[in-house]
Amino acid sequence: MGATHLPSTEFDGTAVDDQLEADAEAAMGEPPAQMVQLLGPDGKLVTDPVYSKYAEKLDAEKLRGLYADMAAIRRFDVEATALQRQGQLALWVPLTGQEAAQIGSGRASQPQDYIFPTYREHGVALTRNVDLAELLRQFRGVSNGGWNPKDTNFHLYTLVLAAQTLHAVGYAMGIQRDQKFAAASDPVGTEPPAAVMAYFGDGASSEGDVHESMVFASSYNAPVVFFCQNNHWAISVPSTVQTRIPLSNRAKGYGFPGIRVDGNDVIAVHAVTEWALDHARQGKGPVLIEAFTYRVGAHTTADDPTKYRESAEEDAWRAKDPLARLEKYLRAEGLADDAFFAKVKADGDELAAYVRRTTHDLETPDIRTAFANTYVEAHPLVAEELAWFEEYSAGFAGEEPAGQAETEAGH
Amino acid sequence: MTTMTIAKAINEGLRAALTNHPKSLLMGEDIGPLGGVYRVTDGLIAEFGPDRVVDTPLAESGIIGTAIGLALRGYSPVCEIQFDGFVFPGFNQITTQLAKMHARSNGNLTVPVVIRIPYGGGIGSVEHHSESPEALFAHTAGLRIITPSNPHDAYWMIQQAVECQDPVIVFEPKRRYWLKGEVDVEAAGTAQDPFKAHVLREGTDATIVAYGPLVPVALAGAHAAAEDGRSVEVIDLRSISPIDFDTVEASVKKTGRLVVAHEAPTFGGIGGEIAARISERAFLSLEAPVIRVGGFHMPYPVAKVEEDYLPDIDRILEALDRALAY
Repeated sequence: MGATHLPSTEFDGTAVDDQLEADAEAAMGEPPAQMVQLLGPDGKLVTDPVYSKYAEKLDAEKLRGLYADMAAIRRFDVEATALQRQGQLALWVPLTGQEAAQIGSGRASQPQDYIFPTYREHGVALTRNVDLAELLRQFRGVSNGGWNPKDTNFHLYTLVLAAQTLHAVGYAMGIQRDQKFAAASDPVGTEPPAAVMAYFGDGASSEGDVHESMVFASSYNAPVVFFCQNNHWAISVPSTVQTRIPLSNRAKGYGFPGIRVDGNDVIAVHAVTEWALDHARQGKGPVLIEAFTYRVGAHTTADDPTKYRESAEEDAWRAKDPLARLEKYLRAEGLADDAFFAKVKADGDELAAYVRRTTHDLETPDIRTAFANTYVEAHPLVAEELAWFEEYSAGFAGEEPAGQAETEAGH
Repeated sequence: MTTMTIAKAINEGLRAALTNHPKSLLMGEDIGPLGGVYRVTDGLIAEFGPDRVVDTPLAESGIIGTAIGLALRGYSPVCEIQFDGFVFPGFNQITTQLAKMHARSNGNLTVPVVIRIPYGGGIGSVEHHSESPEALFAHTAGLRIITPSNPHDAYWMIQQAVECQDPVIVFEPKRRYWLKGEVDVEAAGTAQDPFKAHVLREGTDATIVAYGPLVPVALAGAHAAAEDGRSVEVIDLRSISPIDFDTVEASVKKTGRLVVAHEAPTFGGIGGEIAARISERAFLSLEAPVIRVGGFHMPYPVAKVEEDYLPDIDRILEALDRALAY
């Protein structure tokens, strides 16, 4: 351990340890030595010269909160999977195994920060107070974005992988300009500094947009944190096909810090993300965090992991479970008792019941809203097609809408 | 009235936009001290500084993608794509992200990004520098596409694009950058709707619809036809999405014959769309099939033979002859 995992680029004055890097490359696929870990799978704390002081800020209440969040989102994940199996959702994208990476990073963000997720970041959504029932709209097929990002600073899910990493950098460039203009008009300044966080995965790391976003972020020193959840599988393709070095090492090529963190250790993820967001907010530029984790479940409810990976691998990762290790720690330190864990379970069941109930009630939109939202300003072709549609629909007045009978028969 | 070239008119239009809209900014490759490869942004970085005239890394997806992010933060970015053929690395960001953001957010988000693309051939250049890809974008809902053909329109349309809350692609006819014309810079408030077509020349025997670089060719064709005693109406389409079918329809109902000309290949092009719409709207007024004049179904050819590819006055006259033969 030691300081070797410190952000080390030729730009920040910290020497690069070539041997360690070589070792890490040789050991790709296994967590290399420089991975930040503060809470081991055995539930015991690990000391770190840089990040332990961030972890110390997490008091008992906050640690219990992190556990409760992870448990809630895991319960939500189980419920959403069940809803898909019952035909209530068209598709579900499970996050089980990645709770620590998402809750730890999301809870390290501040309200003024802006988050660009991919599409599996349900845990981050929870930390940004997105109504989880709203989040299911997209998977029920009633909306392509069920919440207003302006309310939560949590952007819509992006399905074209890595496209949002560029949006994040552009947004961060906007923050830079806002700060400059604000400083010019009001030298005292009351707005808290803000940063942007872009989530993507090991698969998306191969997309060109990730490269371009890191180039732009680096060129303009944009206040952005790239948060890569390396969950080891891009559907069926292992991360070794995406990269031959730890993904965090790629930051070095762009001239900003890259940190690999144990993505199943919520304390370490929180600490590292807090450091990175502070770094960005202070105007020191971008950071890449690689959260080393594992997608315990399928890619989506349409996937079948038994066709491409061994269950032994899944079992090995289950042994590093993020919830189990925090529970061990909380119990061993006397920070949480049976009553707490019973309450967490009851709260989870209540959340599941709420989501189940609300999903059934998610309204199917009228296609007229699609006509209305294609453009901001009036558009003659849209108006013409809508007028035709109204006239055509009027011809069916009094009849059962087409498709309705079929849908109901399917229930 | 001031006389200036199209390039200068866009430059002045951008200067006015940057002055009037504090949250507008320009981004692109070489648009700073160089002023762009066509000098369209000449002098702007000196006036507005590097935060508002941004020389970007050489990455088109990066330019469009970061512009989307800036727009989400409340800015109005104007992106310059250096040449038509280089827009494609940014095609994904334009079609899957920019065009859909307002719709997929249920109207909650707006992304008023402008993308300037010098397009078209006739400049004797190398591969990928002479293309007309407008139909590929016109097929994507959520985008607006305009193309000025003269300095006055260039000056106003770029400013109107910046003011528009929808994403707008401005295709600039690069071989006409040095075309001079009168610009009424005092026309603010009375500036014409950028999404409406203009009848440039009235006629009774046939209508030619053209846009961008082919507008002067269409006018010359009509002039030549007049010497043969044929009265030809010429419409500058100006907007490719939406298309002002009302103006075209009214003209065709008067003349009964329609020729549509563009540099882009005719197959799957804007001409086909106009032909289809007009056949639906004015079938009984048509005396002849709608004739398209355009590029061939081939990659844009090498410079030494581009004159055989590009529609010229004779190609337009030949099309008029065919229409008038019915």
